[in-house]
Amino acid sequence: MHEYSLVRALADRVEEEARSRKAVAVHRLTVAIGAVSGVEPRLFETAFTLCREGILADTELQIRRVEAAWACPSCGQAIASDAALRCEPCGQAARLCGGDELVLEQIEMEVP
Amino acid sequence: MCDTCGCGDPNLVSVDVHERILAVNDRTAAHNRDHLARHGVFAVNLMGSPGAGKTAVLEATARALAGRRRLGVIAGDLETERDADRLRAVDVPAAAITTGSACHLDAEMVHRALHDFPADGLDYLFVENVGNLVCPAVYDLGQAINVVALSVTEGEDKPLKYPVMFRKADLVLLTKVDLLPHLELDVAAVEAGLARVMPKAELLRLSARSGEGVEEWVGWLETRRTARAVAS
Repeated sequence: MHEYSLVRALADRVEEEARSRKAVAVHRLTVAIGAVSGVEPRLFETAFTLCREGILADTELQIRRVEAAWACPSCGQAIASDAALRCEPCGQAARLCGGDELVLEQIEMEVP
Repeated sequence: MCDTCGCGDPNLVSVDVHERILAVNDRTAAHNRDHLARHGVFAVNLMGSPGAGKTAVLEATARALAGRRRLGVIAGDLETERDADRLRAVDVPAAAITTGSACHLDAEMVHRALHDFPADGLDYLFVENVGNLVCPAVYDLGQAINVVALSVTEGEDKPLKYPVMFRKADLVLLTKVDLLPHLELDVAAVEAGLARVMPKAELLRLSARSGEGVEEWVGWLETRRTARAVAS
């Protein structure tokens, strides 16, 4: 259950941003979570709901899920993630080009 | 109050951040990586389930490299110094990080451990992560490579069930292979599973008990270490 420590790191970053802008409330956070980031969005949401306090007490968390995308680094052909992660024609190992995100994208806050 | 017309509506701003939630951890990991690279230390993050044989792999590695390379180990566990004690018994300087309830190590824990455990002068620093196939995969520690120990008793389906950890592995060590004659494990199925989650799938078979595969493992490490030294 590393989701709790991730939520702590998220809260620290948001609180810092809110302080620097003298925000009086934080309405919404948008977080991108990739399918192969190692983070379970539902657990992340639960951890956020249980841990939010102070300026984040009423903050809404919006999670944008990002599917995993693999491609051949040579020819650029997309490679399905339910098969071997190789481009057969090029003989290359696939490269992950999306899906490992764990990113704070946007904060919507109320300022004086 | 709204600045534009004084209507009393809340003044909302959207701030685009686009920053990794683990940015603080990543910065500390980069600092650890710099520090270790400057001292010529090759750091290995060894992960795997509880009981996968991580400490036994390190004991076998220490025996195989005795007199040739200087090893050090930072061992993470929820409680006790037992793993560190086992390694000290084979003359490997070792420090324990007891995480309490944390299911993984993070870069800050390793950073603090390095303050009390000078890695300068080592050829290899092994960070034995907390036994867990999920959480440790998420945290960069500043290692040069990730190695996952998967024991033959864990079954063929672990790579598919825990894809994130295996995706990040540079090498999977199939441990306890001396037990294979007593099991029905299909090693080809393990390899097929790895190919679906690990782009450059590499698997070595090893038994710390019989010594099978230890030379290949140590050879693999030495190759990676030399490549790293040349690159930096």
